[in-house]
Amino acid sequence: MAMTQNEIVLEVNDLRTYIFNRTSTVKAVDGISFFLRKGETLGIVGESGCGKTMTALSLLRLVPKPAGRIVGGEIRLNGEDLLQKNEDEMRQVRGRQISMILQDPQTSLNPVFNIGNQLIEALGVARKDNRKGMVARAVDALRNVNVAAPERRLEDFPHQMSGGMKQRVVGAIAISCEPSVIIADEPTTALDVTIQLQYLRLLKDIQAKTGLGIIFITHDFGVVARMCDRVAVMYAGRIVEQGTCRNLFNSPSHPYTQALIASVPKLEERVDRLYSIEGQPPLLSNLPVGCRFEPRCPHAKERCLAEYPPSFTIESGHSADCWRLDAAW
Amino acid sequence: MQRFIIIRVFHSVLALFAVSIIIFGLARISGDPVAMMLPIEATDADFARVRAAWGLDKPLHIQYATYVGNIFQGNFGESIKWKGQDALSLVLQRFPATLELSVFALVISAVIGLPIGVIVAVKKDTGVDLAGKIVALLGQSMPSFWLGLMLMWVFAVQFGLLPTSGRGTFKHLILPAVALGYFQVAAVMRLTRSSMLEVLDTEFVKLARIKGISENMVVWKHCLRNALIAPLTYFGLIMGGFLTGSVVTETVFGWPGIGLLAIDAVRARDFQVVQSVVILFAAIFILSNLVVDILYAYLDPRIRYTH
Repeated sequence: MAMTQNEIVLEVNDLRTYIFNRTSTVKAVDGISFFLRKGETLGIVGESGCGKTMTALSLLRLVPKPAGRIVGGEIRLNGEDLLQKNEDEMRQVRGRQISMILQDPQTSLNPVFNIGNQLIEALGVARKDNRKGMVARAVDALRNVNVAAPERRLEDFPHQMSGGMKQRVVGAIAISCEPSVIIADEPTTALDVTIQLQYLRLLKDIQAKTGLGIIFITHDFGVVARMCDRVAVMYAGRIVEQGTCRNLFNSPSHPYTQALIASVPKLEERVDRLYSIEGQPPLLSNLPVGCRFEPRCPHAKERCLAEYPPSFTIESGHSADCWRLDAAW
Repeated sequence: MQRFIIIRVFHSVLALFAVSIIIFGLARISGDPVAMMLPIEATDADFARVRAAWGLDKPLHIQYATYVGNIFQGNFGESIKWKGQDALSLVLQRFPATLELSVFALVISAVIGLPIGVIVAVKKDTGVDLAGKIVALLGQSMPSFWLGLMLMWVFAVQFGLLPTSGRGTFKHLILPAVALGYFQVAAVMRLTRSSMLEVLDTEFVKLARIKGISENMVVWKHCLRNALIAPLTYFGLIMGGFLTGSVVTETVFGWPGIGLLAIDAVRARDFQVVQSVVILFAAIFILSNLVVDILYAYLDPRIRYTH
């Protein structure tokens, strides 16, 4: 796909985001590293509560305060480490260099302001203009996300629009200042299937035009196959395997990835019961010292219980955290 | 929006009508005013004569019809206690004083309560929040007559900055309004805090932050407008409460308001004045609720379009 531009726009190294409760520390993101090239889509896949959304919020430095805190690592966006920036500098980054599409369009727009107001506010962050100029830019922004009759839509309030339409508006807000990266946090989960497809196509079109880097958070492998160039699989606050889409689908190497792919139902097979992974992920406030997937892993040995595996490279660009990849297994 | 207001005004008129029936009935249940007007030695014939003179001998529904008919002509009847005086003008004479005190007390509770409520919500679980809680606790547990006396002692007696009582200049207004409003400052603050906390946790606030707008805009534009509904409802209620229930404060500060008039009229079974006061109170409650309803619709487009 869009692999011609090799420039890396976002690089995350050993990012750790913990949530400090009165009685425990939840290690929501516990040392993850990945990168994103210009015009590329990276999928982050994992089940609920594995730290996907917390990763996204960490990239924007919007971890819920005061309990949540980024305790370590590095987030390099266009060469600058976001963790070194103060709140004012960070505000200059949000919207303009990195933006995000939230999960539920029904709740992501402010119910008491009309669409025009909310769009113009986003546009005004990067460039102020006179009223007429701002309105014209808002109309353009809506046209870019294929909203019909955008001039009339500016006056509408969120409750007068359908879910799909609202998510387009949220998309328009996210790309309004032409950021180099957007994070899409399960943007289609709340939409119905036909609208989902339209929305994903729209994102791909915008990406092809602008060279936007997209981090696509999802738990749906079907969407991953359609959308992503590369994939990172998250489990219990860590990335357990990452590689190209082809790598993961053709030779999944971590038992968790294998299990996830096995649990995607196939249309052409008749089964009585869908495959599921036995057991529960560990509590992020009480993680085992060894491999976090060990209790649910069919291949687990003593070594897995004792020590967390390092990252083993399977081939260039494809790696996984599993002792089975060690020569000494 | 116009349709919305017309429907609300129509509802208001209906409500006033209902109130007039209820108060008319209640006043007559409370006892016979003629007994208060005549000396003990009066004969049955005297009673009959006085009743006839006031129209009290006629059946109730006729009395009510006459009463409503007169109201439409602006005639609320003649006071029984204060002879020769028109009931409505008696009430209206006192009303401006009460209105002035109430409006100023409301302004105090709003301009202090709302912003503090917003700030303590934003600073949840910090020292600021704790200080806010203490102020709220003090406000809610301090009776307004005691606060009134203390204010009077400090600012009027010790420092001689403000007059102790009476009505006239703006200086006269400060102490009674603070005494009346402070109790509500605490309530408004707590209400604003809790509805702000709810709004601060929503996805649209997250999106506003993602856009990169300033935190001030996030709080004072995106959150506050959404959080205003609950305190606004409360303002409607306390405005009614201030206007009709500031008897204690009026007494402490010798404020010539409507509260005392109402008490005197009830004691004298002065039907005409009691009815006028109650209808005025009802009209005030209904009006403040109407204003609140219209403000809701202004604040929240979802209300505007569903009616």
